[in-house]
Amino acid sequence: MANEDLWILGINMTKFGKHPDKDVVDLAAEAAMAALADAGVTMADMGVLAAGNLMGAAAGVGQQLQKQIGQTGIPVFNVANACATGATAIRTVIMAIKAGECEMGLAVGVEKLSGAGMLGAGMGVAASDEWTPTGRFGAVSTLEGKTGTDMMPGVFAQVGMEYGHKYGGTSFELFARISEKNHRNSTLNPLAAIQKDMSLEQIMNEPMIAYPNTRAMCSANSDGAAAAVIVSGEKLRTLSAEQRKRAVKISASVLTSDPYEEGCQILPNVNTLTRMAAKQAYELAGIGPEDLDLVELHDCFATAELVHYDNLMLCPEGGAVDFFNSGATWRDGSTPVNVSGGLESKGHPIAATGIANIWEICHHLRGEAGPRQIEGAKVGLAHVIGLGSACGVHILEKSGL
Amino acid sequence: MSNQIPLVEYLVLGDEPHLVANECTACGARYFDRRNACASCFGDSFAKVDIATEGEVRAFTIVTPWMPGTAPYVPAVVDCGGTSVRGNVVNTTPDAEHVTLGMKVRLTTVPFGADTAGTEAIGYGFEPIN
Repeated sequence: MANEDLWILGINMTKFGKHPDKDVVDLAAEAAMAALADAGVTMADMGVLAAGNLMGAAAGVGQQLQKQIGQTGIPVFNVANACATGATAIRTVIMAIKAGECEMGLAVGVEKLSGAGMLGAGMGVAASDEWTPTGRFGAVSTLEGKTGTDMMPGVFAQVGMEYGHKYGGTSFELFARISEKNHRNSTLNPLAAIQKDMSLEQIMNEPMIAYPNTRAMCSANSDGAAAAVIVSGEKLRTLSAEQRKRAVKISASVLTSDPYEEGCQILPNVNTLTRMAAKQAYELAGIGPEDLDLVELHDCFATAELVHYDNLMLCPEGGAVDFFNSGATWRDGSTPVNVSGGLESKGHPIAATGIANIWEICHHLRGEAGPRQIEGAKVGLAHVIGLGSACGVHILEKSGL
Repeated sequence: MSNQIPLVEYLVLGDEPHLVANECTACGARYFDRRNACASCFGDSFAKVDIATEGEVRAFTIVTPWMPGTAPYVPAVVDCGGTSVRGNVVNTTPDAEHVTLGMKVRLTTVPFGADTAGTEAIGYGFEPIN
C-alpha cells in the first residue's frame, strides 16, 4: 500500500469573501459536508480527520466540527502550519492512509479573516517604564518598523525585490501586470472574494501597502473553508464507476521546511524550500513542469508569484521575468497560472487556501470548471507556502479509471 | 546623553557603533539572536564577531503605515561584507527614486526616545553613502 497512489474522492470550497452570518464551524461544516457528498460517502467512512484553523489553532476546530457533522471516535489531528495549514491537513490524511492506519480520511481548512488587516507583526514586548532588554534579541522595545519589518506585505515585497536585484528586469509595472492577469482571471470565478477586472493603471494607482505591492497586489483577507476526502487506491477500486471516474489521482504530495542558508533568518527564504518541494514532486510523479496544464501557486502578493515561476521550475533559473512577459502564464498561455484569480482576488482564508488550490486543479481535471475550464486539462500542480516556513506541493492527474 | 542603551543587544554603541553577531565556531554561520545551537551544523559553540558597517542593499520595500500621521519606512536587507543584515534605510527620502537596489549604505544610529530614568534607547539604520 505504501507505494500505491492515493486519490481525491471528493472536494469542495465555499465561496471566499465575507460571511458575517457564519462562524468558523459553520464554514468548515459547509465545506466538509459538501466534500463528503461530492465523494458519495459519509462521516462513517472516514478513518481520520485533519483540520486546520490557524487563527484559532488552540481551539481544536476538528472536534468542534465533529460535534456538528458527526462524532465517530476517529483520530483527529488539529494542524497549524501558517499559510500551508490546509496542505498540511491534506498531507496528514495522506500519511495516515499510506501508513495503513485507514483507507479514507477527511482534510478541512477554515478561516475567518475579513477585516483582519495586515498580518505578521512581531510579538510585542511588555510595556515598561524603564528600557529592559527582553527576548532573543535583547530588545528594549518592539522592533517592527525599527529594524525592518515582519509584516507580510513588506516581507514578500522584499522577496520580489531580491529576485530583481539578482536577475534584473523587474519593475513596479511588471509586478502590477501579474496582478492584472489574476484579477482578469477572477472574473470567471464565482467563488472568488473579489471578481473585478482591474486595469494596469487602476492597480498601480491603488494605495501603496509595501512598495512595489499596492492593495490590489496583496491577497485579500477573507472568510472561507475547503475540504477534501482522500481514499486509498485499493478502496477506490471497490467504489462505483461514477466515483472512480471523478476521482483525481494524487501523483505527488510533498511538504518541506526551509533549510539553513546564509541570510534565511534575516529575510525568510521562500525559494529553496519551494524548489526542493517541486523537485521532489516532479520526481515522485514522473512528470516535468512542461507537462503541467495549469498551476495554482501561492500569490499572497504579486511579488511572490514571480519568484515561484522560477522556484517551481516553470521557467529556466533566473528567467521568470521573460517567462511572464512571453504571456506563458495567462489563461491562453503555455502554463496558465492562477486561473482561479489567485489569492490576490480569490482571497486567502489562510487554512483553507492549501485545499482550495487543490480544489481548483481538480475542478479542471474533472472538466467541471465551466467558463474558466482549461480545455483538456490532464495534470496540474498546486503550491502553497507559509512563512516560517512550510511549503506544500501537490501534483494531480485526471482519472484514467 | 550619557545614559544610553542599545535597542537590541547585537548593536554596540560607542565611538564606532557596529553590529556584532554570534558566529558558529564550527561552520561560521552568523546569527544576531541568542542561540541554543547552530541551524546549519548543529554545533553549540559561538564566538562574537564584528559585522562590517558598510554594505549594499540587496532588497528593500517601502511600508506605508496604516496609522495616519506615521511616516513611511524602508525595511531592507543589506549585504555587509557577505553577512545579511536587516534594518531600515534612513536619512533619505523614502521613495523608489532615492532608494535603489544595489545602493551603497553605511550603518548609522537612530534614537528611539528615553525612558523614565532618562536612558535613551539607540537603534540603528543604514544611510546612503554619497
